[in-house]
Amino acid sequence: MHRIGVFVCHCGTNIAGTVDVKAVAEALGKEPGVVSSVEYQYMCSEAGQTLIKDAIKNLKLTGVVICSCSPRMHETTFRRTAAAAGINPYMVEIANIREQCSWIHKDKATATEKAIILGRTAIAKVTLNTPLTSMESPVTKRALVIGGGIAGIQTALDIAEAGFEVDIVEKNSTIGGKMTQIDKTFPTLDCAACILTPKMVDCAQNEKINIYSYSEVESVSGFVGNFTAKIKKKARYVDAAKCTGCGVCTEKCPMKNVPNEFNLGMNNRRAIYIPFAQAVPKVATIDADYCNMLKKGKCGVCAKVCTAGAIDYKQQDEYVEREYGAIVAATGYNPISLENYDEFAYSQSKDVITSLEFERLTNAAGPTSGQLLRPSDGQHPHTIVFVQCVGSRDTSGCGKPYCSKICCMYTAKHAMLTRDKYPDTDVYVFYIDVRTPGKNFDEFYRRAVEEYGVHYIKGMVGKVSPRADGKLMVQASDLIANEQLHIEADLVVLAAAIEPDKSARSVATMLTASMDTNDFFTEAHPKLRPVESPTAGVFLSGVCQGPKDIPETVAQASACAAKVIGLLAKDKLTCNPCVAHSNENLCNGCSACEKVCPYGAITYSDKEFRMPDRTVAIRRVALVNPAVCQGCGACTVACPSGAMDLFGFSNKQIMAEVDAICK
Amino acid sequence: MQVNENKEFRPLIVAFCCNWCSYAGADLAGTNRMNYPADVKIIRVPCSCRVNPMFILRAFQRGADGVIMCGCHPGDCHYTSGNYFARRRMTLLFSMLDFLGIEKERTRVEWVSAAEGAKFAATMNEFVETVTKLGENKRLEDLRCKKQ
Repeated sequence: MHRIGVFVCHCGTNIAGTVDVKAVAEALGKEPGVVSSVEYQYMCSEAGQTLIKDAIKNLKLTGVVICSCSPRMHETTFRRTAAAAGINPYMVEIANIREQCSWIHKDKATATEKAIILGRTAIAKVTLNTPLTSMESPVTKRALVIGGGIAGIQTALDIAEAGFEVDIVEKNSTIGGKMTQIDKTFPTLDCAACILTPKMVDCAQNEKINIYSYSEVESVSGFVGNFTAKIKKKARYVDAAKCTGCGVCTEKCPMKNVPNEFNLGMNNRRAIYIPFAQAVPKVATIDADYCNMLKKGKCGVCAKVCTAGAIDYKQQDEYVEREYGAIVAATGYNPISLENYDEFAYSQSKDVITSLEFERLTNAAGPTSGQLLRPSDGQHPHTIVFVQCVGSRDTSGCGKPYCSKICCMYTAKHAMLTRDKYPDTDVYVFYIDVRTPGKNFDEFYRRAVEEYGVHYIKGMVGKVSPRADGKLMVQASDLIANEQLHIEADLVVLAAAIEPDKSARSVATMLTASMDTNDFFTEAHPKLRPVESPTAGVFLSGVCQGPKDIPETVAQASACAAKVIGLLAKDKLTCNPCVAHSNENLCNGCSACEKVCPYGAITYSDKEFRMPDRTVAIRRVALVNPAVCQGCGACTVACPSGAMDLFGFSNKQIMAEVDAICK
Repeated sequence: MQVNENKEFRPLIVAFCCNWCSYAGADLAGTNRMNYPADVKIIRVPCSCRVNPMFILRAFQRGADGVIMCGCHPGDCHYTSGNYFARRRMTLLFSMLDFLGIEKERTRVEWVSAAEGAKFAATMNEFVETVTKLGENKRLEDLRCKKQ
């Protein structure tokens, strides 16, 4: 006979504010099988859990129903509580009367009625629960970091520091990511390369870290602790082991007019290139789209000049398959394309640039060797207009609805650096709001305004029109003075919104990690589990989770590493026991389940059955490998004979829930 | 269909939500305090592909006025391919139910991600409104199941 205990949580006033918890406890106490039904202020508190434990022991409960917040919040907490009191943890069911009841309904009577139904549904389910035991699976003590920007680098370094092997997969020919393109960093104005390149070198030298540069992850299979990833090492037509990075080939290559993506196309590189001097690994790469030898079979200059004999025109893409215990997504971001923003004349004038292009123009290793010169005529600009929120906080559908977070600060930095280097320059910044929350951020912004005399104007730029004499006419509104402004500018800098890298979507699909509508990875809990994906074993580092500046990215990367280390430090993981199982007596071996199983967890074996007439029949029956099964339940529905069922979400349990709701 | 004039008709809606996307989306709707009618009762399933057509038939048999199934967006399934199976199954089932006289407005498949609390609430509001307009579902209801 079932002995079920019902525990209704007030959650302070979160539930008790709209649900009459006393009435719920009373009503559920009358349900068949329920021996005790009580309410308490905070069930998840120490005292609340003690209340549950005592009830389980004293009343010899066989099942527990907690009417509280979402099971996604505290299911594990209460399962642990039940286990501590000596019953199987899977004899606990949660009725979600907070997120799915008290928080969405205002009328107390309606909410109370619904809470009772939800409680009744959970009771109906728990009476059919069976004790389940978790299996254990081993953990591969190696981590995969997808993306080699500052986030990936920091995560990899921290994991390696703890003694675990890490592989970094970077799609470009060098690690370093966006930070390599940045000149100085706010609010300290230290040079980005000076703080980043030592970390890149650390990565290369750390014997626990293995860098797959110019590589991409092709596919991922498996589950937490036991992932298998297939990595595609794209052909770079240079033997990385032989190349010394001397750079002779990059000087001799006759193909001189390849747009240099490292400088955002503002100057040219050769068909064989090393993106920048501090690249890690410092290995040349041939751009197959431009190389004459690869396209036409004529040239071969680089092979002739290479003393190391590293050039290999016949190199093919190579595939590596490795096993990992944890995977970190650190796929980073890109500025959005500005094609939807015709009003700023970005495509019409070379002197309308993005902030990242400005960053390259002020960088000593950039196309102008750090001189701030107009891209069109190479003259010093005397009036510069910065436009903030280009595509950020844009609900018109053209841009991104979110705040890109870093633009206010880097624009302040750009304005300040310009005024510092060229005090004769007039600098205007047009903003909607200036957002500077962060340590020493607002002080930094105030310095730009007060010490450096940058003109901050609240208002948006309506139109930028290039004039025949090369000047840019900027038409803008000053919202505070309530007037229209017309500024003759030499250079216009657009703070383009940032968006997740295009590759993030396919990475998320491979990892079965969820994303939000803006293609940022979703975290397991927005506040309490910000560096984990809801998919076990997948972790998030850097901007792929949401816009962040460098300090935040590094902090998150280290937090992410801590979570990975926590996982890899374990020898065994407990598996989810809610897996499929087949009833051999009903199974006719039709293979329908095998076809829909995404994990290949179902195999078949011939089994002897004693028939009623005392003969022995041999039948093919399905067998589920519980270590591989992830418990999706696809097979349970595909099975035509109803032989497949899922522990924890059995046909009977769900039917009982339907019945309880439709009573 | 005649709606009882004395008592305002409230539909009974059963929603099957997958654990990874839609159930989390429903939670987010709650966290953001987005209202939708209390007529919607959610059943948590691991994946939309766990929803057996039998469950839906059972719900209609027991007097549900509408059934909605929510899963991860196509391509985003936590189990890689589950929602594709679910989509096919439900397309078949719902067209069959329509043939049997359960209007296709009473059944729906909707993709709601964990970040789409607002979409969840909007979908439920709209679905409840549609079903309320259709009135009570009597086509499949088994009177023997009714509690007198």
